[in-house]
Amino acid sequence: MNYFQLFDLPATFELDLTELGSRYLALQRKFHPDNYAAASNRDRLMSVQQTANINDAYHSLKQPLLRAEHLLALRGLKISHEQRSFTEPVFLMAQMELREQLEDISASADPNAAIMAVEQQLQQQRKVLLRQLADALAANTAEQNQLAAELVRKLKFFFKLQHELELIEQQLQD
Amino acid sequence: MAYSNKVIDHYENPRNVGSFAKDDPTVATGMVGAPACGDVMKLQIKVNEQGIIEDAKFKTYGCGSAIASSSLVTEWVKGKSLDEAQQIKNTDIAHELALPPVKIHCSILAEDAIKAAIADYKQKRGG
Repeated sequence: MNYFQLFDLPATFELDLTELGSRYLALQRKFHPDNYAAASNRDRLMSVQQTANINDAYHSLKQPLLRAEHLLALRGLKISHEQRSFTEPVFLMAQMELREQLEDISASADPNAAIMAVEQQLQQQRKVLLRQLADALAANTAEQNQLAAELVRKLKFFFKLQHELELIEQQLQD
Repeated sequence: MAYSNKVIDHYENPRNVGSFAKDDPTVATGMVGAPACGDVMKLQIKVNEQGIIEDAKFKTYGCGSAIASSSLVTEWVKGKSLDEAQQIKNTDIAHELALPPVKIHCSILAEDAIKAAIADYKQKRGG
């Protein structure tokens, strides 16, 4: 299913999220099962099915990585369930170092400052990768789509790091 | 989801955690990662003149199964030739640790890590 089509939006990575939000709400209202209480079984089922599709589509388009994955899938590059290992040594070494930095936070003299420092680094690098991803997806050539897939893989490591950082932050607050 | 006793054992008492000096010419490094879960794995081998893996170390950031898979592989490769180590299959790792289907990718990661380390060693040795 083409999630962009469902919302009648252009299939592009850079998306007006406010517009997406309002179209989501409008479709939700239109197909809400309550509106089909008196309808035939077939129509009621259809409304339940459509509501589920609309929810899936909205959640996929809202998040940049899922949106990129959906866009790449529409272009014939399915990467969302791949299990292939990522093997770029320089990138992985840098990830290892960031993980070590996270590990050192709780033992550092000023954990809050350490969190801020890592947070800034992560944000900065995520921003660069997301910019490159937007450019590659806009170019939409076979080569640039491959590059976009590689950038999505890299960004997943960064989102995981962000998640880990938030866990550490929570633990410190407790 | 419950981990098997073997996974818990390796997780609580990981074997061969750490690093060798990267500039040691007898040391080779394999780095792999799994984008889906964000796991990162480093596996290093120390190879003697006869091409036998004398020692191995690992460092893994990931779930218990990923840590156990890499810990197990460092145990298995010690004393093996590079060709023998190359034969290690993810299915053997998954079987030994009784990994559930959703954790099979952790054993794939460990297999890819040892293969990457062997490839790094061969490249270092010029072929």
